[in-house]
Amino acid sequence: MDFSLSADHRMAQKMVRDFAQKEVAPVIKEFDRKQEPIPWVYRRMGELGLLGICLPEKYGGQGMDYISLGLACEELEAVDTHLRVAMSVHTGLCALTLLQWGSEEQKQRLLVPLARGEKIGCGAFTEPGMGSDVAAMQTSAKREGDSYLLNGEKMWISLAANADFALVTARSDSKAAKPAEALSSFLVDLSSPGVTRGALHGKLGVRAGVTGWLKFDNVRVPLENRIGAEGEGFKITMSGFDHGRYTVASGATGIIRACRDASVAYAQNREAFGKPIAEYQLIQQKIAQMAQDYEIARLLYLRVGWMKNEGLRPTLETSYAKKFASEASFHAASEAIQIHGAYGYSNEYDVERHLRNARGAMIYEGSSEIQTLIQAGYALGQRQNKALRCELPPYQG
Amino acid sequence: MKIITCIKQVPDSEAKVTAQNGQPSWGEAPLVINPFDEYAVEAALLQREAQDGEVIALCIGPDSAKDALKHALAMGADSAILVSDPALGALDSQGAARVLAAAIQKIGGADLAIFGRQTLDEGTGLTVSQTARALGWPLLSFAGSIKAEGGKITVERVIEEGKQTVSAAAPAVLSVVQSIGEPRYPSFMGIRKASKAVIPVWTLADLDIAAPAPVVTRAELLNPPVRDQACEMLTGETPEAIAETLVEKILAEKVL
Ligand SMILES: Cc1cc2nc3c(=O)[nH]c(=O)nc-3n(C[C@H](O)[C@H](O)[C@H](O)COP(=O)(O)OP(=O)(O)OC[C@H]3O[C@@H](n4cnc5c(N)ncnc54)[C@H](O)[C@@H]3O)c2cc1C
Repeated sequence: MDFSLSADHRMAQKMVRDFAQKEVAPVIKEFDRKQEPIPWVYRRMGELGLLGICLPEKYGGQGMDYISLGLACEELEAVDTHLRVAMSVHTGLCALTLLQWGSEEQKQRLLVPLARGEKIGCGAFTEPGMGSDVAAMQTSAKREGDSYLLNGEKMWISLAANADFALVTARSDSKAAKPAEALSSFLVDLSSPGVTRGALHGKLGVRAGVTGWLKFDNVRVPLENRIGAEGEGFKITMSGFDHGRYTVASGATGIIRACRDASVAYAQNREAFGKPIAEYQLIQQKIAQMAQDYEIARLLYLRVGWMKNEGLRPTLETSYAKKFASEASFHAASEAIQIHGAYGYSNEYDVERHLRNARGAMIYEGSSEIQTLIQAGYALGQRQNKALRCELPPYQG
Repeated sequence: MKIITCIKQVPDSEAKVTAQNGQPSWGEAPLVINPFDEYAVEAALLQREAQDGEVIALCIGPDSAKDALKHALAMGADSAILVSDPALGALDSQGAARVLAAAIQKIGGADLAIFGRQTLDEGTGLTVSQTARALGWPLLSFAGSIKAEGGKITVERVIEEGKQTVSAAAPAVLSVVQSIGEPRYPSFMGIRKASKAVIPVWTLADLDIAAPAPVVTRAELLNPPVRDQACEMLTGETPEAIAETLVEKILAEKVL
């Protein structure tokens, strides 16, 4: 067992850190306050290869491994969550799902532009009436000759306003015996006639990131854009979550680190009752908790990255990593605010933004309750990994 | 065009450097490529893009300094060479210049040898001029822009007094300043190439020189004295009253 990062991991980590700290950190407060996206940010992430970091070179990606994806997410979210969200939905939910389930022709046609960052992808599963209960979705896809007619509405979709493509799960067979077998997946070109979209406002956090809705009104999706077989949509969506949750876990780890570092710096400088507050055990306890949680969260996500590299299925391990890191990041942000006192409660410091941002990860990509159900299911023997028709390819080097 | 860029590995700029038993210590802070040298690599890559040719990164240091060379490779340098020898203990700038000059000659010379303006650790800024002297090449220092045409190198020097345009015939030694352009980030493709690269290590025997004896030695290294500072906020009814209290305090403390 080797716990050290390789030279390329360390270089990638530094490169992403430099980008996030030098280019985004100086402007993030302003855009978060204005609740506006940074106009150049996704183009820049594309230019730097971030959006295709762990996709194979033969599909236009950068050919780094899955651990590098996690390391990048940690660095990005240590600055702001909206950067990592782009990795979650574009790289995780959309591109890695295509890599896993797409045909060779689809990979050449659809994955290559995503991997190169020329096109932006998102994942559209949630609807106004459902979120956790994926099998209950109502958006329908009716087969008509060589295409499907898509009707319905998706809500809370990250990057809906920016994306060129959406990986959409819809009900293709209302008469299927099991609800999960009624679903199919499609890569929808969002410039197709009948697609309308808009942004949702008033979010607690991730305010520099646009979350929106998509409406499909008789949108014709060609058969060659159906991903996987008809009826495989539920499985495809769930394996997409394995990828997305990994990015959420590694990103949240970055929030814990950022809160730890901000707390250490502040506690060493702020004095109360004649000495730096870092000298009080009650403050030290909070910092020690953040330091420990950071290490736990980091080990949990790195194991998932390693399993992905090896071609092992990490559904349960990803669930542990995602639930732990998202909850610990919210707690770390809350304690960091406590250490900063009144200043922490204002947007002059970063920790209040981290708190608002961290809260979302306990809801999206499978809420904490859903993660608990997954973990209990495995522990009780009600759930086990069943081989899938298509697995994520291991890292080829 | 053949360009050698000389780089050094130094403690990260955020490292807390202290004196311990007369030696500098930076605790567990990571070692990185000297930030000023990233500009040298950038300058070399810009020249290669403009002229074609190759960029060779050269570094003196322990085996761990390969990481700094890998950074240059990841940015886009074509190859890298490490000079490492147990006999190279405490090198002063002149010693480093002698070793670099010998290595540059062993490479077979170059059109340009580009340095950063100084290092972050020692900060003497002398190695570049001493290398030029050891090689017998002209020195074009503090270059903010570089133009190479028909064997003639013209640079715009950025100096305290303003800008100065000077030129010399290649081969020449250059040091560059920030206005040369922000160093590019390593690309992921470059990182993958760099991590697989096998970096040759040259010893003093390979260079056919003896370890240069230091001409400058450090007599003693001390931590700066701890400054006893106190901050007092002065309050008063009016700005005039506050100013008056301030004057009284300054006089009482014998600051003036
Ligand atoms: C910022 C943000 C970005 C998002 N981005 C995307 C995106 O890009 N794409 C996308 O498709 N969706 C996205 N979502 C939606 C997100 O995935 C859903 O909000 C999430 O799946 C939860 O669904 P819901 O909100 O409908 O809650 P519900 O499913 O209605 O759940 C409500 C509450 O009940 C709990 N609950 C549900 N079922 C059970 C159960 N069986 N046992 C115990 N408790 C249960 C839940 O945990 C939750 O606490 C995003 C949401 C946010 C906030």
